[in-house]
This record gives sequence, structure tokens and C-alpha cells, in this order.
Amino acid sequence: MKIHEYQAKTILAKFGVPVPSGEMVIKHEDAGAIADRLATPIVVVKAQIHAGGRGKAGGVKLAHSRQQAAELAKQILGMKLVTPQTGAEGRIVRRLLIEEGLDIRKELYLSLVVDRTRGAVVFMASSAGGTEIEEIAKDNPDAILRETIPVAAGLQPYHVRKIVFGLGLPPETVTVAGPFFQSLYRAFLETDCSLLEINPCVITGDGRMVALDAKMNFDDNALYRHPGFADLRDLDEETPLEVEASKFKLNYIKLDGNVACMVNGAGLAMATMDIIKLCGGSPANFLDVGGGASAEQVKNAFRILMNDPNVQAVFVNIFGGILRCDVLATGVVNAAKELALRVPVVIRMEGTNVELGKNILRESGLNFTIAEGMKDGAEKVVRLASGVN
Amino acid sequence: MDEKSRVIVQGLTGREGSFHARQCMEYGTKIVGGVTPGKGGTTHLGVPVFNTVAEAVKQTGANLSLIFVPPPFAADAILEASDAALPLVVCITEGIPILDMVRVAAVLREGRTRLIGPNCPGIISPGKCKVGIMPGAIHKAGNVGVVSRSGTLTYEAVAQLTGLGIGQSTCIGIGGDPIIGTTFLDSIRLFNEDPETHAIVMIGEIGGDAEETAAAYIKANVRKPVAGFIAGQTAPPGRRMGHAGAIISGGQGTAKEKYAAMAAAGIHCAQNPADIGSTLAAALRH
Repeated sequence: MKIHEYQAKTILAKFGVPVPSGEMVIKHEDAGAIADRLATPIVVVKAQIHAGGRGKAGGVKLAHSRQQAAELAKQILGMKLVTPQTGAEGRIVRRLLIEEGLDIRKELYLSLVVDRTRGAVVFMASSAGGTEIEEIAKDNPDAILRETIPVAAGLQPYHVRKIVFGLGLPPETVTVAGPFFQSLYRAFLETDCSLLEINPCVITGDGRMVALDAKMNFDDNALYRHPGFADLRDLDEETPLEVEASKFKLNYIKLDGNVACMVNGAGLAMATMDIIKLCGGSPANFLDVGGGASAEQVKNAFRILMNDPNVQAVFVNIFGGILRCDVLATGVVNAAKELALRVPVVIRMEGTNVELGKNILRESGLNFTIAEGMKDGAEKVVRLASGVN
Repeated sequence: MDEKSRVIVQGLTGREGSFHARQCMEYGTKIVGGVTPGKGGTTHLGVPVFNTVAEAVKQTGANLSLIFVPPPFAADAILEASDAALPLVVCITEGIPILDMVRVAAVLREGRTRLIGPNCPGIISPGKCKVGIMPGAIHKAGNVGVVSRSGTLTYEAVAQLTGLGIGQSTCIGIGGDPIIGTTFLDSIRLFNEDPETHAIVMIGEIGGDAEETAAAYIKANVRKPVAGFIAGQTAPPGRRMGHAGAIISGGQGTAKEKYAAMAAAGIHCAQNPADIGSTLAAALRH
């Protein structure tokens, strides 16, 4: 789960991480008053979207007066930001963070992430903070320091010293870096982050260490133990169909194609998208109905799929060892009738009572095509989607 | 794990545990007890239920645990099984928080317990023992080892092999999470050393670098024929494709890179999921 910069900063502040003073606005009229309250020579107006690269796209601007802050807020709110991370369609800016400008002496990159290969938390740091971290990771990976944090002992002072001295920073930096890094580590663990990125972390003219930007991604599997986090979710940043699907605990990701698929199991669902492409078609989505594949879930799944206007055929690929195919078939027929499904549906089922299930589909009188195996199903559905019979 | 394995089920009396334990029993697996805190002293599915794993192991001589415990409690269940010094633990549970698994991994590194999973269908040696949720009927005893991150995609591959008359020695579902107890590398090393496994099928997916690591090992050490498939060639970057571990991150973990590593290792690659069985068959003839 992703959150906005301003939300991450609020959370980090609770853990003792120094962040710039600032407030979020959704109406540009409120920006001036905040600039007044901050009373700093420079105020920064920052677009809040769940994507990086905002600065280069014109979403982060400096204001030297209340008037300018208000004008920039009016200009940036509602603008469509296109960054490498948003894709060509961009993102409309609906929230702004109005923040005090800082006297920046040095910029660093800091992040905490779970390294899956090591099965451990890794603290990363680079003296090249700001917008260039992806290039550096590619061109000069040695410029990024990595410390694996042992889970029992946690982040130790020696980790802090290794990083500070490894980045070539003056020794007195250890004094501010120690508490700063400890607070980050604690925040990472206690909020169940999968990624925590401070890019840039700045050292100010008067020697303070401050998180100038903050990105926190939370582990979806841990949300159950953070009941307040659901409120931080910004549905404007998510695809409407995917929001709808998540309500029914369906794992759905919208793509661009015209062949929809409904599958039980993530690996098989990915493989089904792949085989559709290999057969010359274009997958419209990823959809894992999970182990359930109950009549209710099947109906919800069809509804989500059919809300995508691009869909011209559906491939239902269910491999259930103990799943009763007659039960599945009945669920599919009922769903199709209730939703008045108009597109062709190809069904491939494996499980018990397969013949019974096939009969139910045949006798329904609806536009079902029965497939024998995955390849047969993919070939049939691609042909049907392109209008060739 | 073999036909003599004595299995306890943590979460036996729950809905999932109950259903699948019965399926395993029908397959012939020796389930000797269950663990549900608070229900110790009762009987379920004809076997005794205990309050703790330690008690269950002491009373039944179990050497394997199958875990069907909900995500908030599953890491604790794994740790309890490790504390009871069980040599093998299979955790089916999907949805365990990743930091819980970081903590579990640290403990398991110091112990003597092998974990398979979490978020996996389990492990089966056809004809001998089934410890998991896979449909026994599609399997056939034989000499091909199958290792996979997936559940139903594994069944697809197994059904293809069985359909071609090619039986399986053991099928290991290592699971779809980013941090797992037994990796591709671990499994392939075991298959390489197993006299009953004459060929290997590996089914991977996008995310991480486990397939690449395994491929390097195969290139250096494995002379048995290996066939491979990677799911997610059409997955968009940056999205979690169902499995917590199936995510292309920072440009890494793509299907393309994995296929390249596998091809470089001499692994016979199936691009099409419908061709996994036939690719292995061709590798056997080669």
C-alpha cells in the first residue's frame, strides 16, 4: 500500500524523524495562509501523487512570497503530471504539500528495504541524493552503501558510523545521523514497511539532518495489524476497477488488451495472460479468484471484468483438483444470466465432475465455448475476441 | 519425507486444516495428530489433538508438521515447530507479513528445521506421501522432480507430465512469497542428490533472482536434464501479481532475464505454459 509524502512525513515525525514544517492543502485558496504561518523566506509547493519524478515534471516549485505560493498552488493543483513513473497518461494533482524551504548544504539518499534474497532488512545510503539515484544504481552501484541489519540486535551505532564515514561525511554528522537512522529503522519495523525511502535526506546549513522527501510503502500482508492505515489510502491514486475488485478480495490488475481472463491461482493467472499473448491476443487483465471460485466470487469476477469496455471475450481457466466442475459451471451460468453477459466466454475446467460441468455449460444455451486444455482455450478465445469464428 | 513420515497438522481443527488433512489421509499420508491450542485432549478425524507442538511430537513421534494457521499466527506456528526440533515443516498459509518472515528466517538459520513455504501448496511424493493441498489424482509416481513457486500452475505442469506418461518423484511447492524457507537452489540441490530423481522441472515467476541463482548452480553442478518455465512474461513492471513475491522491481526480476539465465545454463526452456510437459519429454530424449 502506498501513501503520499505528506502522510509519510506525519508518520515519521511521530517516530522522531525531523521533517520540514508543512501542511497539506486540497484547495489552492488555502496555500497563502499556510505560507504566512510557515513564515520562511522560501516556501516549497509540492504536488502530492503516488509517483516519483515530480520535480522534473514541474510538480515541485519554490515560492518567494505568499502571493507566489498562492499562484503556484493554483497552477499545480489540477495539473496533469507526467513522470517516468506515472506513464504517459500521467496523474492529476489533487493535493499539495506547502512546506518551509530549507538551507540545504548536502543531499543524501537513504532507504530501508527488505532484501528477499538475504531474508533481512537492508539499510542503503548514497551521497548522491536527489533525482539521480536510479542512474547511479545502474552506472555506479558501488556508490550505494548497503548494510544488512541483523534482526536480533537491530540497527547499531557501528552501522551508523560505517555509513557516515563510508559516505565521506564529517565525523560530527554521526551525532545527528545516529538518532535519525534509529528513528527511521524503528518506523520501518513498527509500521511494517516494505520500503522506506528518504530521497533526499538533507543536512542543513546549521547542521541538522532533515527528511526532505519521504516515501513509505506498507506491506499489504501486515495491514490487518494497522487498522488506521486504511484511512490513509487515496482511492484517486488507484484504478477504479482495481478498487472495486479489492472490495471483493479479488486480485485484479487491469491491462490494455481485449481478452479478459479469470483464473484460480496467481502463477496460473500469469501463465494464462502469457499464453493469450503467445496465441496472438492481448490480455485485458490479471485476475486471480483464489482458492474459492465460489458462485458469488465468480459473479463478482465477471462483473469486474465486464466493466472494462475493451473486453471482447473472456477466458475462464480453472484448475481445481478438488473443485467440483459442476458447481463451478452452475456458478458461471448463473453469473452470465444475471449479468446478461454478451461477450463470448471460453471455459477450461479441470477437477472432479468435469463432464457434468461441461453438460451444464452446453445446456445453458448461452455463448459458452468449452476448451480442452490451456492451449485450446487460449487459441479459441483469441479467435473469438478478434471476431473470427 | 516418504511413506513412513509421521505428520502432525497445526490448525487441524480449523476449516482448511480439517478438509485438507482428510484429503491427505485418503491419499495415504500418516497423519498422527493435530495441534490446536485449547483443544488438547480431544480427538479429530480419528487422531489426537494437542495444545502444543512439543506435546504432540512427544506423544506421537511426529517428524513433520503441516501448518494451516491464519496469517496473524502463522509465523508463531512455524517458530513453535522449529522450537520442537521438527526436521520438516510445511506452511500453506498465504498472507504472512514479510517482517514476520524476516524474524522467522533468522531463527531457522540457527536451527535444524527445514521450512517449505509459506504460501505454498505443499509437497508430494506420488504414491508415498502427500503433505499439502495439491490434488493427488493428477500425479503419477516416477522420476521427475518438480519445483515451483506456484500452486495451480504446478498442477497444470504435473497434469501435462502425467498425460505424457512421465511420472514424478517429488513435487515441491516452494511458495509465492518473497521470503521462503526452501529456495529453488535448495530444491535443485536435493533433486540433484536424489537417486530417484532423473530429471527436473522448475517453474518460476517474475520477481527476485532465485531462478537465476538456481540456474548458475545447475550450470555448474547438474547433469540431469532440466526443463524450465517462467510465468509473467506479460506482467507489467512494479505491480504485485497476486503472489507477494511476484513483482518486477527497479527493472529487475523480469521473465526475460530469468529465461536468459536458464538458457545459458543449458536448461530446456518452455515459452508456452502448455508446452512444459513436452519440453521435458524432449529434454529426456535429448
